[in-house]
Amino acid sequence: MHPIASMALKRLGLGLLTLLVVSVIIFSAVEMLPGDLAQEILGQAATPETVAAFRKELGLDQPPVTRYFDWLGGAVQGDFGTSLASKREISDLMSSRLGNTLFLASFAAVLSVPISIVLGLLAALYRNTWFDRMINVLTLSSISFPEFFVAYILILMLAVGYPFGLVWVLGLIGLWFLMEGLGSFRAGQKIGRSFSVLPAAFILVGAGLIANVVFGWWQPQMDGVTAFPSISNIAPGTPFWERVERSFLPALTLTLVVTAHMMRMTRAAIINLLASPYIEMARLKGMNPWRVIVTHALPNALAPIINVVALNLAYLITGVVVVEVVFVYPGLGQLMVDSVTKRDITVVQACCLIFAATYILLNLLADVLAIATNPRLLHPK
Amino acid sequence: MTDDILLKMRGVKIDGKTGDDWLPIIKGIDLDLRRGEVLGLIGESGAGKSTMGLAAMGYVRAGCRISGGSVQFDGMELTKASEAKRRALRGKRIAYVAQSAAASFNPAHRLIDQYSEAPVKHSVMNKTEAEQDATDLYRRLQLPNPDEIGFRYPHQVSGGQLQRAMTAMAMSCRPDLIIFDEPTTALDVTTQIEVLAAIRSAVEQFGTAAIYITHDLAVVAQMADRIMVLRYGELVEEAETRTMLSAPTEDYTKSLWAVRSFKATAKPEPAADAVPVVSLRGVDASYGPVPVLHGVSFDIHKGRTVAVVGESGSGKSTAARVITGLLPPTSGEVLFNGKALPPNFRRRSKDQLRQAQMIYQMADTALNPKQRIRDIIGRPVEFYLGLKGRARDERVRELLNLIEMEPDTFAHRFPGELSGGQKQRIGIARALAADPEFIICDEVTSALDQLVAEGILRLLDRLQTELGLAYMFITHDLATVRAIADEVVVMQHGKVVEQGPKDEMFRPPHHPYTDLLLSSVPEMDPDWLTDLLDERAREGKPLSTEEA
Repeated sequence: MHPIASMALKRLGLGLLTLLVVSVIIFSAVEMLPGDLAQEILGQAATPETVAAFRKELGLDQPPVTRYFDWLGGAVQGDFGTSLASKREISDLMSSRLGNTLFLASFAAVLSVPISIVLGLLAALYRNTWFDRMINVLTLSSISFPEFFVAYILILMLAVGYPFGLVWVLGLIGLWFLMEGLGSFRAGQKIGRSFSVLPAAFILVGAGLIANVVFGWWQPQMDGVTAFPSISNIAPGTPFWERVERSFLPALTLTLVVTAHMMRMTRAAIINLLASPYIEMARLKGMNPWRVIVTHALPNALAPIINVVALNLAYLITGVVVVEVVFVYPGLGQLMVDSVTKRDITVVQACCLIFAATYILLNLLADVLAIATNPRLLHPK
Repeated sequence: MTDDILLKMRGVKIDGKTGDDWLPIIKGIDLDLRRGEVLGLIGESGAGKSTMGLAAMGYVRAGCRISGGSVQFDGMELTKASEAKRRALRGKRIAYVAQSAAASFNPAHRLIDQYSEAPVKHSVMNKTEAEQDATDLYRRLQLPNPDEIGFRYPHQVSGGQLQRAMTAMAMSCRPDLIIFDEPTTALDVTTQIEVLAAIRSAVEQFGTAAIYITHDLAVVAQMADRIMVLRYGELVEEAETRTMLSAPTEDYTKSLWAVRSFKATAKPEPAADAVPVVSLRGVDASYGPVPVLHGVSFDIHKGRTVAVVGESGSGKSTAARVITGLLPPTSGEVLFNGKALPPNFRRRSKDQLRQAQMIYQMADTALNPKQRIRDIIGRPVEFYLGLKGRARDERVRELLNLIEMEPDTFAHRFPGELSGGQKQRIGIARALAADPEFIICDEVTSALDQLVAEGILRLLDRLQTELGLAYMFITHDLATVRAIADEVVVMQHGKVVEQGPKDEMFRPPHHPYTDLLLSSVPEMDPDWLTDLLDERAREGKPLSTEEA
């Protein structure tokens, strides 16, 4: 068998083992929660007899080990049991939610992965220039704000406050560029030639828009006009493009949150290689700087980049609770939060297991890809 | 006549940035190169050879700048040309061959793709033509399996073959000028020959001009029509090769020529019944399932030096790892003063560990850059001898005096503040700090310039006489063996092929492998390579073991 295939199988086996351990941890953690579930659901007024009967109905009278194996056996076949709160099949409850979450995560990934890798490459190419600093400051600012803050700023810019919110924010960015530019001009630095056009355009547009708001030259009637909806209510029957439009703001929020990490890793991994003799060789063969970075440095920097991308993709699926709540997006994260407040323990267990499986699967994929892109391992001597 | 000049450099000045200051690296050198001529640039490290070679391409490394002078290539002023214009020349009309082909080939791409990159991007050939051309050149440079070798990745090809493939790559656009920057320094003598032969035939076939940068005089004598000697960024002397070899005028050049004259004091033969300090008995060892050593046996006596020679991969360093216990042997044993040592270093007592110390090839990486010299040396003093406080400081001072370094000047410095030779001396002091009976010297001089290396050899020789140390001296450089060894062990493919006292080893008849090693060491005679290649072709002998 090809070494990569056998390696992938081995990793898959290890992944399954990890998942098994995680399932034990999830089950025992829920077991250890204080209080009795049946009592909790029936309330203080219930008689001991009703509680006992209800416990029996829920299967809580069985020893934990038996219940664990029942639960695990069901989960393996896709049957997570029934919700305690709504009495519905958990798999039915989750399937559309999981679909929504995966849709939002893929949407955000399609936006963020190419953007951050291209930005990372550009930042490495124009390292220590104006452009590099601009990219760094923008991505770092967006990662430094809490997610809900980014979400509300976007709502202000593109939904309820549109178009003046957009004007203000772009204007502020322009102002910042102006100050940066003045600062470096006074410090006697040369402003990066190739990219001075971009900040200059920002400054002009931003200043113009702010002036427009202040002096009121042009006041279009924009009441009720929004670029994108601030509430992402999607239902199973929503057509694809409408889904895209309605989930654009949460996807953009997630993109802003994860871009910095991937972009900076790409930049660092590339710059780390630029001192290598083979990079100097490529330069001495007369290759242009962009080609040096993309065809000579990038293939050797893939392993760390892939790992960070995988971590962020996992985050897009498992870490979106806050964003889903802000935009009222019907995803798995919201289901989990609702279930926690309702003490709907079986649903919480199922969600945890799915999140864990996502993490394990994506990291496994990253490992396999990192090895598959390394010719030393793909083509042994 | 003026049309004949391909490269004309006038008063070239290059600065390097150290902290906030620009310090000169090249202090105004003139250089002329005619079409088809091979110019040798020699000098010690830091002389500015590589910087000068790169400047001929209009290229400076990061942190450097051309601060004056002119570089004219075929009538075009490179210092004033735009970056795009210089880029159009590089790879197409001026090509570069780097010191380490293993590091300079991109590990992510096949050799042939790297070959065809320059011709395709400079629009000299299309991809298919370039690939055919690659195969053709691989064949001309006598690479094995020329039709297939290009489709391998760099890590699948041996060092000598890679260096030839890199020469082929430099030839891909049939440039007017190639800069060879120490192309054989990282190679074994036997491999060096085939690379030298390949470079020479390539340069001759296409009438390419070349700048050949090296610190090895014997090598430059084979390759160059004319030699320039550089020191501290200035030209010392320039002459035709034969004139330069027979009648150097400057003292510095003469000192370079004379450097191989050091001979260690001969030591008396050990008594017949003397117990050797270290003794290997039928040692087999393997890395995982791959066997590396097969029945290796040799003895090292008190106060004597045993040189272990062989090509890379012959098992020299593995034998050292077995002695130190880093790699437990699969069978056989290591005796120390007649007593068997535990195979794994974890099972050895502190005293057993103390008695065998190591000095490494790369002093740069063997010293912790974040520790001061007094801590680097003081740590083993404290660990092995239990000296603390003032006693420890005293001992560190003694050791520094022993290696001829002034304690007050050096004790508080970091390794980064020392030169290469000084770092290697610290490596020696650290080994001595444990007060050992036996020291393994693993290629300790091969990263150093010849003058500095000679100083290290003299120091090691003096310490041996004063302290009665036994050395195991691992090297691939036979000149070093001649200088310092009492006995020689020749290894090939993990086996000892020949061993005995030095004088016997250097006297015929030899084992065929020893013969190959000995005859591969370049000599100062400019005709040496031609004669050797003729002789080997006549006798039908392979150029190197790689081919055999």
